[in-house]
Amino acid sequence: MNKIAKQEILDNLRNASPSKGDFVTDNSVIYDKKWTQEQKIERFCQVTSAVNTQIKQTTLHDAQRDLIDLLTEKGVRHLMQGSPSPIAKEITDNWTAMDTGVKLRSFDQKIEACKEELFSVDASLTTTLGAIAETGSLILWPTREEPRLLSLVPPIHVALVYEDRFFNTFLEAIEQEQWTTHMPTNALLISGPSKTSDIEQELCYGVHGPKELVVMIIRNN
Amino acid sequence: MSRTPIEKPKSVYFFGTCLVDLFYPEAGVAGIELIKREGVEVIFPQAQSCCGQPAFNSGQRDKARDVARAQLDLFTKDIPVVLPSGSCAGMMFKHYPELFEGDVDYNKACALANRVYELSDFLLNVLKIKLTDKGEPMRVTWHGSCHSQREMGVRSQPKDLINQLENVELVELKRETECCGFGGTFAVRQPEISAAMVSDKADDVEATQAQKLVSGDCGCMMNITGHLDYRKSDVQGLHLAEFLWERTNDPR
Amino acid sequence: MTLVNGKDFKGRVHKALKDEELRANFRRAMDGLMGKRAMQFTDGDEWTRLRNLGESIKKRALSKLPELLERLEENCTKNGIKVHWARTVDEANSIILEILKSHDVKTVVKGKSMVSEEMELNHFLGDHGIRALEADLGEYIVQMAGQMPSHIVMPAIHMNKGQIAKLFQDNLPDTPYSEDAAELTAIARKELRREFMEAGAGLSGVNFAVAETGTLCLVENEGNGRMVTTVPPVHIAVTGIEKVVENLSDVPALLSLLTRSATGQPITTYFNMISSPRKEGEKDGPKEVHLVLLDNGRSKVYRDTETRDTLQCIRCGACMNHCPVYTRIGGHAYGGVYPGPIGKILTPQLEGLDEYPEHASASTLCNACVEVCPVKIPIAKMLVRLRDENSGNCPHGEHPLKGRGAKSSTIENAGWSGWAAMNASPATYKVATTAMSRIGNLLPQSAPMLKEWTSVRVKPKFAKKTLHQMAKEMGLKDE
Ligand code: SF4
Repeated sequence: MNKIAKQEILDNLRNASPSKGDFVTDNSVIYDKKWTQEQKIERFCQVTSAVNTQIKQTTLHDAQRDLIDLLTEKGVRHLMQGSPSPIAKEITDNWTAMDTGVKLRSFDQKIEACKEELFSVDASLTTTLGAIAETGSLILWPTREEPRLLSLVPPIHVALVYEDRFFNTFLEAIEQEQWTTHMPTNALLISGPSKTSDIEQELCYGVHGPKELVVMIIRNN
Repeated sequence: MSRTPIEKPKSVYFFGTCLVDLFYPEAGVAGIELIKREGVEVIFPQAQSCCGQPAFNSGQRDKARDVARAQLDLFTKDIPVVLPSGSCAGMMFKHYPELFEGDVDYNKACALANRVYELSDFLLNVLKIKLTDKGEPMRVTWHGSCHSQREMGVRSQPKDLINQLENVELVELKRETECCGFGGTFAVRQPEISAAMVSDKADDVEATQAQKLVSGDCGCMMNITGHLDYRKSDVQGLHLAEFLWERTNDPR
Repeated sequence: MTLVNGKDFKGRVHKALKDEELRANFRRAMDGLMGKRAMQFTDGDEWTRLRNLGESIKKRALSKLPELLERLEENCTKNGIKVHWARTVDEANSIILEILKSHDVKTVVKGKSMVSEEMELNHFLGDHGIRALEADLGEYIVQMAGQMPSHIVMPAIHMNKGQIAKLFQDNLPDTPYSEDAAELTAIARKELRREFMEAGAGLSGVNFAVAETGTLCLVENEGNGRMVTTVPPVHIAVTGIEKVVENLSDVPALLSLLTRSATGQPITTYFNMISSPRKEGEKDGPKEVHLVLLDNGRSKVYRDTETRDTLQCIRCGACMNHCPVYTRIGGHAYGGVYPGPIGKILTPQLEGLDEYPEHASASTLCNACVEVCPVKIPIAKMLVRLRDENSGNCPHGEHPLKGRGAKSSTIENAGWSGWAAMNASPATYKVATTAMSRIGNLLPQSAPMLKEWTSVRVKPKFAKKTLHQMAKEMGLKDE
């Protein structure tokens, strides 16, 4: 049936007269959106703060301390990270040695085996591939180490982005990083915590995804 | 609308439109007087009738074309054709080329379309008219027709003209750009929706506490004032041309 | 029970117009949405260039639609996504049922999908013992109320907090009445979390399907779309065949136009790009991903280069947010899946003019929709074409639409012939208008058309003299 259906649909389409005109794609309106390095970070912060994202600027050196402060302040008991976490060395190394009161967990099994656990931790930590200035978005390509649900299920999501990984636009990221040659299973843009305004247009955060999104911008010094 | 601006012409054609012809001829006369006062000769071809829009919008394209065709030979000189209606101007400017696509008269239709002007736009941007107010202080509000806004690009022109009048306070209508619910035969094909729309519009008009509602299209005017009168409102409706003429002419 | 029905449009309109609460709900919501959108496009030059770009991308995609669909299938298949083709709603429903049965699925959780509404999928699955649960908050509310979405982006926009509070109280165990939006949202979050964990399959729509890479793109704010496409072991995506775009680089412009036009957001919280099922070694994501490509009349709309433009639609809903008719009557009055201006042109084309005879006439042609459509669909022009098709006596375009002549009326045609005869001949026009200015005012209020007109308006008054007469008296040149 599938074959016949396909054939008939395509035949119908092919029998139609061709569209008139040549449809040149002029992306210049997007290319025109350009900022300096600092402006990009500034714009990112401004746009994403407007949708309730919390921003922490830090350095690699201070990241662990700042993270622990942040989690403690929020009363987080369990923080889940990737396994092995690509940033473990810098940020979560010696975690247990520090007397933090926040337990570190790893997403180290298949989802089928750890659903209950994942749905019960209260925060997660992930890396990102970078961020987009125009729309205030994080770029995530989940991996074997940092699975997709890590940035979705726990109520607080902390994401790290390096200061030299800011793009002007989504289009720039796609083109500069040549996405089309190696699209991952799942690529994501995340712009703020989960939200809805389905009830009388009133904005509410944390419907199905995280209620809070914290972006830690890692500065070089 | 991005049309190359033209110099002030020596003469123009006036296309009165059928609604003005039958129901609001004073609006037409006022428009003509305003143009004449600027030293421009007005030609009024007596054989003109209707732009064809009522049929065009009612699924009667062939009949619209018959009526439109009858207008094509009346305005052949290379001078502007001025209409006291954004809607009929939009019909000629935007839809004549479409209506005559593939027709022997296509070129004629396009030539006419290119010379069509809505009155307020013509007064302000071509004649560069300067108005001196001679009337008593008054509060008015403005309703812009959908087609003048969205087909002819006439948005601020009428208000700029009203604002030239010293003693007139122009109060902006809430949801100024929203349709009044006329829509030609829409008003009788979907009378209930149309009634809801015009009643909301009248509420907004009354909320401005204006003495007069000024509009540039007789379709909207017939609809809104028809309803205002029906609910026995004190607000009076009139066409922009008539309003401007009333306030600026030397009483004879 | 079918909720979709084009007949009795006027009956539903009558009911909607009398419903003060409904009217207020829509007015408030539409005013809000218009304001938010306007804030996004304050730079007129950027707006013009971006929408030209959006239009060109969709037009280019449609110009090579069959080729792109094949490329999409090829690349999806290469990535491990199973592609299915469905000519009709029935075919699409059976494909999905087969997949669900083969995995012994009892409950499927759904992200927002207008195509699945078109298929009446929930109803169909219910008949076959499978529970389909809507997870988008608006859809969840509407499903609980046993209704259809009244807006393509905001399904529950016709309801207010009080109505939703009552609905939750009546339908969910141990739920006290609360009009607090945050509280209502939290209730839904709690109810649905377990459902995501336990569902046997997830179903979603698609906003853009990228042929170049075999990628399915989903736009959403809540995270339910990510849940249904990541947590359950099987993910089924359904889409109309017009959603395919050529390149990944075509997506950013369309995404920007979509979210800014729809809700006035620079972007939604999540933009989810799915290119394959779970790969070896990955810890989550569905093990199977299916894509169902639905035609359901679209290839017919495509046949005619004039009606083809309808398929450019990216379902942003801006046309309805700005429509003065939609604002008054709401989404349900249309009786179809797609309300508002896009519904007025799309539904009669998909389902037939005979099924939806009033749609084309329910517009003032005010062009508010045309002004905001981010991909420049000439909606008003299409409505006029549909009116021509409805009257049936002046065919143009390459193919007749289903139900041509649905509103054909001999009396009306005769009336218009008379009108044309009068207006096309100067001599007749003169005689007729002079006569009208003399005796027109004697027409009784019950005359055809006057009756409707005078239901809320006074009778228009013919002037004593026509402008023609006055122009002559003024001595204007007649040449
Ligand atoms: S027709 Fe245009 S405005 Fe309406 S939903 Fe489609 S894309 Fe948006």
